[in-house]
Amino acid sequence: MAIDMRQFHQTFFEESFEGLTVMEAELLRLERTACAGGQDTVSADPEILNTIFRSAHSIKGGSSTFGFGDVAAFAHVLESRLDALRDGRSLPDRRVVGLLLLAVDCLRSLIIAAKTGKDADKNAIEAVRLQLENLGIESGVLPVTGKTSTQPEASTTTHWRILFRPNPRMFCTGNDPLRILRELAGLGKLKTTADVSGLPSWEQLNPEECYLSWNVELVGSVAREAIADVFSWVLDDCRLDITSKTMPVPTLSQRSVAEAVASIDAHTDTLRVSVPKVDALINTVGELVITQTMLSQLTANFTFDNLSKLFAGLEQLERNTRELQESVMRIRMLPLSFAFNRLPRLVHDMSQKLEKKVELIISGEQTEIDKTVIDRLIDPLLHLVRNSLDHGIEPPAERVAAGKSQTGTIELKAYQKSGNVIIEIRDDGRGLRHDRIFAKAVEQGLIPADAKLSPDEISELIFHPGFSTAVTVSDISGRGVGMDVVRSNIHSLGGNVEIASQAGQGACFIVRLPLTLAILDGLSLQVGTHIYILPLVSIVESVRIVPDQVSRPAGGGELYGLRKEYLPLLRLSDLFHVVPRSTDLTQGLLVIVEADGKKAGLYVDDLLGQQQVVIKNLETHYRKVDGISAATILGDGTVAMILDVTGLIRMAHAGATRPTPALHGHIQDAGRHTGTMAPTIN
Amino acid sequence: MQTARVLQEKTLQANAEQFLTFRLDGQEYGIAILKVQEIKGWDKMTPIPNSPPYVKGVLNLRGVIVPVFDLRLRFGLPEAVRDAFTVIIVVNIGGRLAGIVVDAVSDVINIGAEQQCAAPEYEGQQNREFIMGLAQVDGKLLILLDIDRMVNPEALDKTETAAPVAAAL
Repeated sequence: MAIDMRQFHQTFFEESFEGLTVMEAELLRLERTACAGGQDTVSADPEILNTIFRSAHSIKGGSSTFGFGDVAAFAHVLESRLDALRDGRSLPDRRVVGLLLLAVDCLRSLIIAAKTGKDADKNAIEAVRLQLENLGIESGVLPVTGKTSTQPEASTTTHWRILFRPNPRMFCTGNDPLRILRELAGLGKLKTTADVSGLPSWEQLNPEECYLSWNVELVGSVAREAIADVFSWVLDDCRLDITSKTMPVPTLSQRSVAEAVASIDAHTDTLRVSVPKVDALINTVGELVITQTMLSQLTANFTFDNLSKLFAGLEQLERNTRELQESVMRIRMLPLSFAFNRLPRLVHDMSQKLEKKVELIISGEQTEIDKTVIDRLIDPLLHLVRNSLDHGIEPPAERVAAGKSQTGTIELKAYQKSGNVIIEIRDDGRGLRHDRIFAKAVEQGLIPADAKLSPDEISELIFHPGFSTAVTVSDISGRGVGMDVVRSNIHSLGGNVEIASQAGQGACFIVRLPLTLAILDGLSLQVGTHIYILPLVSIVESVRIVPDQVSRPAGGGELYGLRKEYLPLLRLSDLFHVVPRSTDLTQGLLVIVEADGKKAGLYVDDLLGQQQVVIKNLETHYRKVDGISAATILGDGTVAMILDVTGLIRMAHAGATRPTPALHGHIQDAGRHTGTMAPTIN
Repeated sequence: MQTARVLQEKTLQANAEQFLTFRLDGQEYGIAILKVQEIKGWDKMTPIPNSPPYVKGVLNLRGVIVPVFDLRLRFGLPEAVRDAFTVIIVVNIGGRLAGIVVDAVSDVINIGAEQQCAAPEYEGQQNREFIMGLAQVDGKLLILLDIDRMVNPEALDKTETAAPVAAAL
């Protein structure tokens, strides 16, 4: 009975990617310990090496089981390198670790190629493989003094490519190509491919003639003369090309990492869930079944004596449903480390490339957030860190001149705060340079040269599409595609991003995200006959209005004095042009809301109660509406609008100078809302 | 027999399009039936704040939030009293759903290309962009509408002041 192996492929791929992530993380750790310990006394922590080795070994085993020969072959080479490191035959210096990281990338692209059926970049992978193998020869030749780390130039790899095309009459001179090839093999590592295109058909074959030619790749510290010597007897009888080939090394790293990361991101359609979460789910379902049985028994022969039992049962049902909902939602929650794991590697590669010294500190990576959010968060996050590295952290010399330590710090902090997940990306670099941003914005025609902007407004400019201050365009930054995309990506997740910057001291990007995209805790409220949902996270408190505290300054608008604080009083009925139950402020309630650091009092007729609602996008079939973030469906099947507090405050701000229009019906004054479609809407 | 019918249908398909016709203030209009997803009775709607008057609100269509447009108001006709015939035609335009309120649906008819003609230009006609063409059916005028344009939410602001259409026709 044949087993279809394909059913296991998905698992293999997932495990392999996990293994690669582990290898990457451990290699980076290895490098850190090696560097910290001083370069002459490097002895790798055997535990780290073992972990890396184990991962490589399982990938090798898995790939050969499932018939991915390429992957297995490459993993084998990598494994032998690691084995040498483990035995102490060679030492894990910066260069070796760098090469091993490259090898991890190659392995990843090979696995991706196996998964997608596309071809990997064969040349680049081959180059890395040869280097890996070569490393073995080298460390055999060189005495193990640890000098390799200090002078990597000394060990320039020599890689010869030899084209050997014997004349057909070569056998007649008593020479044997095989012997020559054998001799070549003695010089170094040999890879031979025979070109059989010259072979005639069987009938025309003359056994005394040589029809074959060979392409030989030779790796090793071999002088050109040594190779020429081998061919000295046959020089006149063949065509011979000996060319040295330099390694195409540096091109691989950045690109392949980006590619690998991108291609992994595109296909994360499965979810790994910890067993306790599933157990919790099963328990809840069990309880739900019990409650349901109890209720059906109760209703089967129902008498009014049992009414209280029925109510109790329904209450239990409600509780069970809620628990079930929470458990299901929890399954979708993943720790942020899934997104953060990519960053150490990025920082490692980039800081080397930019010749900056950077330490990355990550905390709070266990904070959980919805999987959809994580998937779409990775790109903006990579970009923000990249931005801090490129624009924020100064080169070591500049840092010393500014009285800072050579090594810059980028701190990544995640935590939960009142229904939101906050991610801070803080660097101790030069901070945003407002003068340069301003000048650049003027140059690009984004603002007039005489514009008066506050520091915050200038910081905001970097989120403008097409804005970039980088002097040179690199593959890291400076293409002007960036911060605006970061912001719009984060906005599309229902979050926002802010900047706090201090010149010379560093900058901090604060990303605020909702815990989940699908469900919202809300408060339903009533204005006239309409029901709206106000997100619970934006509510501070609700108060009954004391008429004395309302003031109406000249020029329109109303203010409410609450404990020495004056808040704008927004009547929802005015903003939405609906008929309220009463215009008398004492009849309704004032809900104090807060968004983006701004507070306001929202006047409504009545509060109905707290409930969880499922968010339904309004823009799928309609469009963005000011003051509304989405819609939801209430228990009775009707649709209710979910309020967008930021938008409401902005609407009130924009409409403050306009007179209140006459209230008739709910949708009059059609001309008023034109032109209020702000480009950035949260 | 069978082949003959298939042939007949094929020729029909080649030359004719099917239109769903409906009534609006006494005038018959038609929209391409391939755009129609379903027809449903009047239902309670939730108004959208600060939207043009002809946007009646949004509807819960089996868990999907669908905006509903009142065609009478879109054309600047007087709003009608809802009766048993008032229906909402749900159209699907490239995956985007929208409902349109009409007085009553009438029929599904085949209209060949030769029966259609372009709408003439005349003074005071402001809703011309919604009219795809005119057709003669049983001696009566049928106005064929370009429904894509009428319910495109991006274009709402532009054509906010809809002018009387049938009055001129």
